[in-house]
Amino acid sequence: MLLSCNNLTVSYDTVAIQDITFTAEKGDFICIVGENGSGKTTLIKALLGLLPAKNGTVTVKDGTKIGYVPQKLSVSHDFPASAEEIVRSGIITKRPFLSKAEKEKARHIMTLLEIDSIRRKSFSALSGGQAQRVLLARALCASEEFLVLDEPVTGLDPKATRDLYALLKKINKEKGTTVLMVSHDIRTSMHLATKILHIDKSVQFFGEPEHYICSECGQRFMGGAKHD
Amino acid sequence: MTDFLSVFSYSFMQRALLVGMLVAPCAALLGVSLVLRRYAMIGDGLSHVGFGALSLALALGAAPLTVSLPIVILAAFLLLRLSENSKLCGDSAIALVSASAIAIGVVITSLSKGMSTDINDLMFGSILAMTESDVTLSVFLSAAVLLVFILFYRKIFSITFDESFARTEGVHVKTYTMLLALLTAVTIVLGMRIMGSMLISSLIIFPALTAMRIFRSFRGVTLFAALISLISFLVGLFLSFEFSLPTGATIVLVNLAFFLLCSIIGHKR
Repeated sequence: MLLSCNNLTVSYDTVAIQDITFTAEKGDFICIVGENGSGKTTLIKALLGLLPAKNGTVTVKDGTKIGYVPQKLSVSHDFPASAEEIVRSGIITKRPFLSKAEKEKARHIMTLLEIDSIRRKSFSALSGGQAQRVLLARALCASEEFLVLDEPVTGLDPKATRDLYALLKKINKEKGTTVLMVSHDIRTSMHLATKILHIDKSVQFFGEPEHYICSECGQRFMGGAKHD
Repeated sequence: MTDFLSVFSYSFMQRALLVGMLVAPCAALLGVSLVLRRYAMIGDGLSHVGFGALSLALALGAAPLTVSLPIVILAAFLLLRLSENSKLCGDSAIALVSASAIAIGVVITSLSKGMSTDINDLMFGSILAMTESDVTLSVFLSAAVLLVFILFYRKIFSITFDESFARTEGVHVKTYTMLLALLTAVTIVLGMRIMGSMLISSLIIFPALTAMRIFRSFRGVTLFAALISLISFLVGLFLSFEFSLPTGATIVLVNLAFFLLCSIIGHKR
């Protein structure tokens, strides 16, 4: 077991998520789905410790690092940062400078994600798809074990979206990286995920996609999605 | 050239030169992160608090740095809290603190001696202001700023670019932000003597903005900001001596000239 979330409750002025319990195993590809405002992003932030839990616990297996890919990052258009600087910032080390091996690791990941050629480009000059790949590469530098993504395809065109999803599936399969991802796209989620976590403040369904299709909650949600 | 060198045979010039050459790059380094995180107003606020603190020191007849350092450091933490709290309208709150600190300084000065050339020096700087002990302190504190910046460069980049990501990877964002605020306070107090409290914040803001006109990487901007700040200081100091101009203001104008020049170069690319 890689991550275990037990009876997690987070509230702002009102309750945002309540009593959420689920676990992630090594190699899982979990998609978190639900309506807008159902608490998906809140759940991710609470899992990462960016929001305080009112109740419940989040336990991550000892020594497991998490690589986080945020929703489209709002960076001012003149922020000076090259793609490579951002990818390298994912490498967490106590020493002030990166070793040669660490630099090579970052370069290797950039090659894998096909962003090696744009490594000297300014982040603000990248296309949406390239920018998300840079953030994904940064997350992989932080951890190849466990990726947490908050709807990484927001604002991407259909092709860039397909490519990014395919890339995630490839990383998940080939490296055995566990993926936990918020997704607005239920059809793609069904295709990618090994498990679906449907929340609406609390857990509505947690299990395999095949069972989700048959469940009442899955039927309702996917039926609704057709009219989008 | 002999003319240029003879300028530095005066011991007050040597002190100003040494302190400025240390403080100018430090201010620029801190400025990069402050400007990018939209904390530039804090630098401005701190310099005004510094004015109040120096006035107090002058009235008490106490050593300027011993009084102003702790006050400005405390103010740095206060202003940081204010600007993080969006409900309080951070910018407006900082403006209030700035104006109040200046008002306090002016009243203290007029009560003790009346408005004099001293207050002019506090506001717009004086090349004669640096004492031997100021120089010693400046050397140590500038060394500390440089060391912190080199040791924590990667973390500073990480929290400047994406605070949430840095936090998820276990970087203590708050601690580093406070460290930056502390160093900014120290740099402002040191630089204020030469530059004056009205002008010192430009030493923090100008180099970062100038470097951002032509460089697109964080490392490029950081290095160039430090370099251009050093050059601006040296050119400004020399011009002010040569043509008997106020030092702080001349340095700011040299910074402005480089900013405009780099804007044109950046635009043409």
